[in-house]
Formats: sequence, C-alpha cells, structure tokens
Amino acid sequence: MKVLDRVLWALGLVGILFALYLVFMWVPTADVREGIAQRIFYFHVPMAWISFLAFSLTFLGSILYLWRGTKGWDHLAYSGAEIGVVFAFLNIVTGSIWARPAWGHWWVWDPRLTSMLVLWLIYVGYLLLRSYTPAHQAPRFAAVVGIAGFLDVPIVYFAIRWWRTLHPGPVIGTGGGLHPTMLTTFLVSLAAFTLFFILLARLRVGLRALEAEIEETKEAWRE
Amino acid sequence: MIEIEDLGKVFGSRWVLRGLNLRVERGEFLTVLGPNGSGKTTLLKVLATLLRPSQGRMRIGGRDMKDGAEIRRLLGFVGHESLLYEDLTSLENLRFYARMYDVPGAEARIEALAEEMDLAPFLGEKVRTLSHGMKKRLSIARALLHNPPVILLDEPETGLDQKATAILLETLERFVGERTVVMTTHNLERGLKMGDRVVILSQGKITYEGRKPLDTATFPETYFKYTGARP
Amino acid sequence: MRKALVIIWKDVLSEARARDLLTSFLLYALLAMLIFYFALNPEIVDDAAAGVLWVAFTFAGMLGLSRSFFLERERGGIDGLMLCPVEREVVFLGKVGSGFLFMFVAELILMPVFSIFMNLPLFIPRLVLVAFLATIGFVSLGTLFAAMAANTRAQELMLPLLFLPTAVPLIIAAVESSALVLAGAPWGEITSWLQMILAFDAIFFVLAIFAFPYVLET
Repeated sequence: MKVLDRVLWALGLVGILFALYLVFMWVPTADVREGIAQRIFYFHVPMAWISFLAFSLTFLGSILYLWRGTKGWDHLAYSGAEIGVVFAFLNIVTGSIWARPAWGHWWVWDPRLTSMLVLWLIYVGYLLLRSYTPAHQAPRFAAVVGIAGFLDVPIVYFAIRWWRTLHPGPVIGTGGGLHPTMLTTFLVSLAAFTLFFILLARLRVGLRALEAEIEETKEAWRE
Repeated sequence: MIEIEDLGKVFGSRWVLRGLNLRVERGEFLTVLGPNGSGKTTLLKVLATLLRPSQGRMRIGGRDMKDGAEIRRLLGFVGHESLLYEDLTSLENLRFYARMYDVPGAEARIEALAEEMDLAPFLGEKVRTLSHGMKKRLSIARALLHNPPVILLDEPETGLDQKATAILLETLERFVGERTVVMTTHNLERGLKMGDRVVILSQGKITYEGRKPLDTATFPETYFKYTGARP
Repeated sequence: MRKALVIIWKDVLSEARARDLLTSFLLYALLAMLIFYFALNPEIVDDAAAGVLWVAFTFAGMLGLSRSFFLERERGGIDGLMLCPVEREVVFLGKVGSGFLFMFVAELILMPVFSIFMNLPLFIPRLVLVAFLATIGFVSLGTLFAAMAANTRAQELMLPLLFLPTAVPLIIAAVESSALVLAGAPWGEITSWLQMILAFDAIFFVLAIFAFPYVLET
C-alpha cells in the first residue's frame, strides 16, 4: 500500500471510531418515538451521498472512455459502479431497518428509498452487463449504461416523487433542520465515509489495472 | 486505393491485428492468406467499417475512416454470412439494397445482374428456400449492385462444394474487371492464380508479400515457412 | 434521411411474411393480462386496470424488441445494415420506426380486448393517445438496450434488467395517465402527465440516438 493509502486508511479508521462514539454516546436522541433506530440516519444518508459520488465517477469515467478510449477511464468507471452498488445496497438496507421501528413495516415506498432501489438496479445491470458481454464490447456498452443511468437518476427521482403525490405515504428522514450536535455528528460520519471511499476507489482502480495487465501478459505469452 | 497505417485491433486483451501497414493500388487484386485465427476476417471487417480499429489509420479511395458512410459507398462486401433477409424474395432483397445504395435505374440494374449471374429464375423465391451456392451468388449480386470500385471477399469458397466453388470463382473473375479486390482465402491455388499480389497474415501481422507470378508447386513450403501451418 | 423509411418498409415486409413479432407480442400480452386477472383479488383488479395494461405492454414489448434484434442478428442482417452507406443514426431511426409500428399496432389490437376483460368501453381515444406517446419513448430506449442485450449471452435477462429501471419514469407516467383516463379525470389533469411523457420521450430518444453508434460499432 502506498503512503497516501495508509494515511487514508488510518484517518478513515479514526474517523469511523469517532463517528461511532458520537452517534451512540454523544448526540442526543432526535426523535423519542423512533428511539435508537433514528441514529441510523448518520450512516444511512452518508452512504447515499457516497454512492452518488461513486456513480458520478462512473459517469465521468464512461464519458471519458467513450471520448478518449484509454482503458484507465474504464477502470475508473467500473470501480465507481462496484463501490456505488455496495453503498447503495447498504443505504437501502439501513433505510429498511430504520423504517421498521419508525413505521412498523420493513418497506415503505418512500421516494428517496425507492429511487435508490431503482438506481441500485441500474448499476447492478451495469455490472452484469459487463460479465455477460464479450470483452471487446463490454467497456463500451457499460459506458453507455453508465452515462444513461446517471442522467436518468434525477428523472427517476422526480417521477417517483410526483407519483407519490398521487399516492401519499410514509416518508423516512428527518424533517426540518439539524441541531448543531446532529450536524456535527453527521459531518464527521460523512467525512469518515468519504475517506474510506477515496481509499476504496484508489485500491479498486489499481486492482483493475493490474488485472488488465495480467490478462494482456497472458495473451502475449500465449503466442 | 486502400491505405492502412499501423492498424491494430484488440479484442479484450487479445491483439488480433497489430501494426499492419498495407497499400493496395487501384485495380489491384490482393490475395490474403493465413491460417485460422490469423486475423484475416477481422482485417476485412475493419476495411468494411464493420469494426473500428483500436489503433492506426485507414483510408479508402482517399477518404479517411471517419467518413464511414462515404467509404461504404465504395465497397462491396461478401462475407461468411449472406446478409440477406430470409423471409423476403431475392428480388425484394436486391431492391432493398438498391434503394439503400441509391442505385440509379435500380430495376434495370437488378434485371441485368440477375441475368448475368444466372439468378433470374430465383428472383421470386424466398431466400430461405435457396441453396447455399445460390445464396452466395445472390450475396455477390448484392455486393455488386452499386458498382463499387472496391470489393472485399472473405473466403468466398466456404461451404461450397468443388463444383460450386469453381462456378463461383469463375463468376468472380468475370466481374472483377477494373476493380480493386481484397480476397481472403484458404484455396491456395486459386488465390495465387487470381491475385496480382499475395500477402500472408500470421498472428495479426503480415509476414510475407509476393508478386505474380508465383509458383503454385513450391508455395505450400513458403506458406509453412511463414506461418508454421499447412494450408 | 429517408432511408430510414426504406429500412422500416423492409422490416414491415419481413414481418408480414413471418408474422412473428406481432403474434408474439399479442399472445404474450394476452397471457400476462390473464395471469394478472387470476393473481389479483377480483375486487381490486378494476382499480389496477391501468397497471395491468402497462405491465402487459411492457413485458410483451421487451419480448418483441429482443426478438427483433435476435432475428436480425441470426440472419446476419445487422451487418447488412451496417454496410449500407448511411450514418448509424439512420439505422437507429429505421429500427425505432419499425419497432414503434409493430408495438403500436399490437397495442391497438390489445386495447379492445383489454376493455372487454375490464368492462370498459371498447374504444377509448385518450387511452390510445397515451399509448401512442408512451410507446415512442419505450421503443427508443428499448431499441438501444435490445441492441446491447443481443450481444450478451443472457439476452432474456439483460434487456429487462437494463431497460426497466431506466424506464421507470416512463412507466410511472404511462400508468398514471392511463389511470386518470380510465377514471374519467378532467383533461387538464391528464395533459400534465402527457407533457411528462413527451419530455421523457424526448430525453430517451436523444440519449438513445447518441449512444446507438457506440453500441453498434465495436
């Protein structure tokens, strides 16, 4: 591991531990009815942000790959999609866990949660497309999905929100502003997650590049 | 007529063509030989703009490969697949392609070609019902409809028996005329006979280039020398 | 370019002979509707009518698109189109055009059938309008993804997986507009959803026509 990666790892770890302390020990309960489950908010929302960050990397990488053709961009796109899928999944699961004590159901068709589910499916499609497509077409096809999916996100959210105005229901999430202590806790958690994200992204891109190199060496050796 | 500079094509991590440099003069007949997997079909497909090169440049008829549509206007391609629509009749297929290629006087042209290529009796038949040899001839007619100055043939003898191959190659010889032709083949004898120039492709690179006249008897040895395979 | 019309005509001619795509769509949609009728509580089926209709259309539509590209590839046809001296976008327009034609005609046939099942008037012009508009976006996006899916070894999985999440906005808009139409809602309410459908159509069409050349040429 390079120096920067070690630093990220260390800082991230410290950040997470600190965030855990803040979340469980320090910050006061925001909603007495929801109780301890409400604290999931401090993880649930950063995960969403991180997944968006990851998917924007995919978006960026996809555009640049189609434009320039250098493999590096494709590695970036792929890594973003993988990490994004993981964090989106975590977001959905934490959302579900939050919904249960808050509303009594494991799933409430909350606009944000539902949009996240759709988004998750789009990028799962991205990853599966890559496995099922022959190697020479896979990066291009995936790039198209990476771009289309990302552009689709605001449209999906907008449509689902409008749909919900016709069929109202429970909404997860804090209404109103954040108390300073809550804000602090949130930001610490977000910062810690971001550090980990950067680390993961770097590692994954590096790994992809290595994998590609190995493949090329194998092919060359075959001749 | 055809210029290829440092052409490369990669599939995933496998370089099927690499650093290819080739020039084909106007009116020249180039035969491309090589074992399976040497990249012959890929080369032809890149020339036909069916595939994009991963590196390098290509010019046909003075036009850069970016002008895909214009290049395609100059090309007639006959590949392994017939590129014909099975549910339509031969006539409908030819009409379709004639319209796509803006062939002037399409009906007359189709009639004339059908006569010359002995396809007239099958014009009203659905392509599905035609034999392999007939489909091949129809496919060639399709490629010639718009009178292209360049013809690309990918192993035209595949799937045909001796007699059909002989008829096919005879037909080709009749139509080649002044056109520039690039033909890949496994048929050493015919390839050497028809080609003004012969090139051997091995593992994506050109390993041999020779001009007519070439001795058919000794060529198999040359072939082996440059590819490590028997033709 | 009007060569797209030549392609559309060719597809129509092929289809007229084989009658493959249209029958698949009709039968598949009919089966879907039937299963829904059995699967849902009879009391709520009437409320869910719009949803039933669009689920049937959606899945049958995907089948149709997927078969269309599969068939084209089987017969080496796509290469034939790719060799023509036209821009790749023209091929896209041609495929979208013929795809739209097939799907819309099938929908026109299905809607009266649907009306019979659901105890509705046989001909509902506003519903036809909704179908017409939504199908444009549907086929644009679907053609792009079908072209991709045709190249994978899991075609039946990949098309729905790629298409459905991305098409969610369009499906929502189509269902909601249909529901409003069936409920006899005022025209003003319906038009706002129709505008949304048109907006989605535009976005998906532009996206698809830009991306198609990248998918076609490897």
